[in-house]
Amino acid sequence: MIPSATLFGLAGAALVGIGLYGFLAHAHLLRRLLSFNVLGSGVFLMFGAAAWRSPWIGADAVPHALIITGIVVKLAGSALAIALLVQLARATRRAALPEDEGRPP
Amino acid sequence: MIGTALDLVVVALLVAAALAAVGARGLFAGVVFFVGYGVFVAIAWLRLDAIDVALAEAAIGAGLTGVLLLGAVGHLTRAGAGAPPRRPAIPLALACAGISVMLGWAVLSLPDAPGLQAPVAAALPGSGSTNPVTSVLLNFRAFDTLLESIVLLAVLVGVWALAPDAAWGGRPGLVQRVRPDGVLAGFGRLLPPLGLLVGVYLVWAGTKQPGGAFQGGTVLAAVWLLASMAGVARAPRVTSLILRAALVAGPVLFLAVGMAGALGGSFLGLRPDWAAALVLTIEVGLTLSIASALALLVLGPPERPA
Repeated sequence: MIPSATLFGLAGAALVGIGLYGFLAHAHLLRRLLSFNVLGSGVFLMFGAAAWRSPWIGADAVPHALIITGIVVKLAGSALAIALLVQLARATRRAALPEDEGRPP
Repeated sequence: MIGTALDLVVVALLVAAALAAVGARGLFAGVVFFVGYGVFVAIAWLRLDAIDVALAEAAIGAGLTGVLLLGAVGHLTRAGAGAPPRRPAIPLALACAGISVMLGWAVLSLPDAPGLQAPVAAALPGSGSTNPVTSVLLNFRAFDTLLESIVLLAVLVGVWALAPDAAWGGRPGLVQRVRPDGVLAGFGRLLPPLGLLVGVYLVWAGTKQPGGAFQGGTVLAAVWLLASMAGVARAPRVTSLILRAALVAGPVLFLAVGMAGALGGSFLGLRPDWAAALVLTIEVGLTLSIASALALLVLGPPERPA
């Protein structure tokens, strides 16, 4: 019997790798943002696993509260990034940064 | 044994959905996989006994972020904006896998140690809430939550700053054309009353059970978005005073309570005999501000001439 916290902590570690790969491999900025969100929830899951370091007492509420704060801030950051991206797309008709496309910035 | 099997299934779905969201060939498909991924993350939080986080993740991570990303796909398609394809990079994939392995090793080698459960449990009786997560958010670590509510406002100012001059003073979001007998219009009439009930209940229940201003506020924001997408309600003008009052109500109330605490000895400290009433007051104010800020963030800057 493996504790849930260990399994989801490991899943979080895998999600960080997947998100990081997407963030670096994609040039499309929306796909980068999506990958960054995957990376973020991986970090949250690892943090949530750390809330179970003393399984005999139960989950620690402090990491849970911090994660809820983090989830809201993550959405706010994504909203600002998307607003900027839409402006970039309208101005340049591209959804990637010039240096990623080999254009002069 | 059954628990571990269920965990393994959830982990497999989680990783598969993440791979599909990141690696999907089309942008739209990637976003759809991401919404499914958010639901699996919420289930993972349930398995970790973090019901408050599961509610927040389901409402924000899967729900609002999904709407935000789908809206962005629409904007980019209309703007005709493309990007070069993904770089096939095996060394990069190997490096990221290596980072995952190292992080996994760090998870496995975490020493067992008591966290803050005992101090939280000891301080819970005078904190104004019997839900430890709410107590941490609004009492023990109130400073984090206060700053977070101000971050939401700052981000909204940033998003609105991107509005074209001609559109300033207009209504945020695009005009929705909805078939009056269509599915969206039907849902737009059917779901808002139910959503209002759930949202208000989550806020009220938050002082005793899982729930609270963030979860309830997000559900209320979703109700507003649905009503506005279904053409039932129009978003108010960004210059509307009522809207701005709702946006700052939470931080202002929170700061006022904090200053009152400062007069009594500690900034943001809640007197134990008043704590229950103060926590509920802050929750109601925050719900109003969080619901309107999140809905406006998802709607985006005003774009039509006023």
